[in-house]
Amino acid sequence: MHYHDNVDYPPLLSRPNVFFPLLAAVFAGLWWFNAGDSAIGRLVAGIIPEGASPATQTLATAVIVTAFLAFNIVVVMRLPLRQQVWLVWGELAVVILLFFYSFDLSFAFIQRKIGFLLTQGLVTTLYISAVSITIATILALMGAIAKLSSNGIAQGIAHFYTSLFRGLPLLMQIYMIYLGLPQLGYVVDAVPTGIAALSLCYGAYMTEIFRAGIESIPKGQWEAARALGLRPGAVMTRIILPQSMRVIIPPTGNQFISMLKDSSLVSVVGVWELMYLARTQGQTEFRHVEMMITASLIYWLMSIVLELIQKRIETHFNKAVTR
Amino acid sequence: MIPAPQIAAGAGAGGAAIEILKLSKWYGALQVLHDVDLVVDRGERLVICGPSGSGKSTLIRTVNALEGFQRGEIRVGGVKLTREPAVVEAVRRNVGMVFQQFNLFPHLTVLENCALSLRLVRGLSGPEARERSMHYLTKVRIPEQAGKYPAQLSGGQQQRVAIARAIAMQPEVMLFDEPTSALDPEMVKEVLDVMVGLAEDGMTMVVVTHEMGFARQVADRVIFMDAGRIVEQAPPEVFFTRPQSERTRAFLQQVLPH
Repeated sequence: MHYHDNVDYPPLLSRPNVFFPLLAAVFAGLWWFNAGDSAIGRLVAGIIPEGASPATQTLATAVIVTAFLAFNIVVVMRLPLRQQVWLVWGELAVVILLFFYSFDLSFAFIQRKIGFLLTQGLVTTLYISAVSITIATILALMGAIAKLSSNGIAQGIAHFYTSLFRGLPLLMQIYMIYLGLPQLGYVVDAVPTGIAALSLCYGAYMTEIFRAGIESIPKGQWEAARALGLRPGAVMTRIILPQSMRVIIPPTGNQFISMLKDSSLVSVVGVWELMYLARTQGQTEFRHVEMMITASLIYWLMSIVLELIQKRIETHFNKAVTR
Repeated sequence: MIPAPQIAAGAGAGGAAIEILKLSKWYGALQVLHDVDLVVDRGERLVICGPSGSGKSTLIRTVNALEGFQRGEIRVGGVKLTREPAVVEAVRRNVGMVFQQFNLFPHLTVLENCALSLRLVRGLSGPEARERSMHYLTKVRIPEQAGKYPAQLSGGQQQRVAIARAIAMQPEVMLFDEPTSALDPEMVKEVLDVMVGLAEDGMTMVVVTHEMGFARQVADRVIFMDAGRIVEQAPPEVFFTRPQSERTRAFLQQVLPH
């Protein structure tokens, strides 16, 4: 819970009436889906005598996996909280990596391609995302201030803008800019198209985040700043925005992570970013899965980096409140 | 350089700091101020009391344009208050305000709370602003908290910082909107003591409060408002001993200790 109570309720998993039904459910699930015939079953197959019937194999697999899970829970529960979190995180990461590994990947192929994937694909993805994030932030700030202003024209534009760009699929926006603008006589390159579509779309979402953040600051803060003689610009930049950052940062971090991955949509107009290369590089040698998994891991790692950055910024803007 | 408190710039000790003429204000169909007339002299200490909803806060908030009004006229230091940016800015520079809820800026330290407007509005340099802020923080007896954030201070300390922030701007008039109403009882005195000190320095003060002891000790004049009208005004010795109106007597019976 966010604010700790001072009652030691027994942890959910330490209660027999939760622990044993959970194990039973896992066992039943493994049995139901014929686990003996799966990749897990093949891992277990080494231990049981050869030539056993499929039923025996599934039974053995279910028993072993369930027992391992039970043992794991008991061990993890004895650790301090932080270690629990990290250990469980690590275990799940191992499971997902095993899942990838089970595809019988050609690591030689990945090794051959990863350099190009990073220097061309990752760099392009990062470039597009970074520029789009910057423009989207500026658009969002302008949109939010316009929506809260007493200027009817600005409000009208801002309302139309958020409505349109939140209402159209991002993919459609990319096509419209890339294929539609040439009708007006402006031929736009693929990369600027991607940046424009991502900026406009995410700027629209973030406008609402910024607006809510600004509105979360109590009236008294505006009044105190105005009573001191601060002008509207100073009230906004010195008093209101720094405080609304606490509210704005977490959902904005979400948007950044989301945009990083949505930048893959730009591949439809042929930008050589990570997703495009993952698709095309795999095609030549029918090694799709290798490239997809490599690209997935790269996206994931970048998201983790963004998560960490978001955490640092949050701590910074919370310092006045957390004492 | 530590500037002396400004009193009665130009007009001599007698001129009016605030003149309010036939002021009326409505919230939609509800009239909250009815033709209020009020003149506050320079150096005068005025206490306004009255039941909640009587319009006393609204009245003082019209003086620095935190509230608008529909009819009547307000002059602050001789300047007629309009909605012109230059006029409102000039008035707000000369009128300090302290709020019931303190309204300190939580993301700034105590020192930055005071220094920000000195830099942005008064145009002081960083070191000048900090020096003057420290001077006024010392005046409200809280210089040792300068590096802390508002959330780390008690209510009484926060309100004293709010007073320092306002008087550091060296206004000609100070408005107090129920400055002790949000405080725990044991912290009321430290804030009132600071306000008494300010009164002794000759600051023009308009104080909306229920602290009748403060009114007795400091006020030159006490005003009783009810339902958007000034019902009675008198020096404290008259106001508390021989109130004229029945409504004032009923109110005083409610707020004075038995």
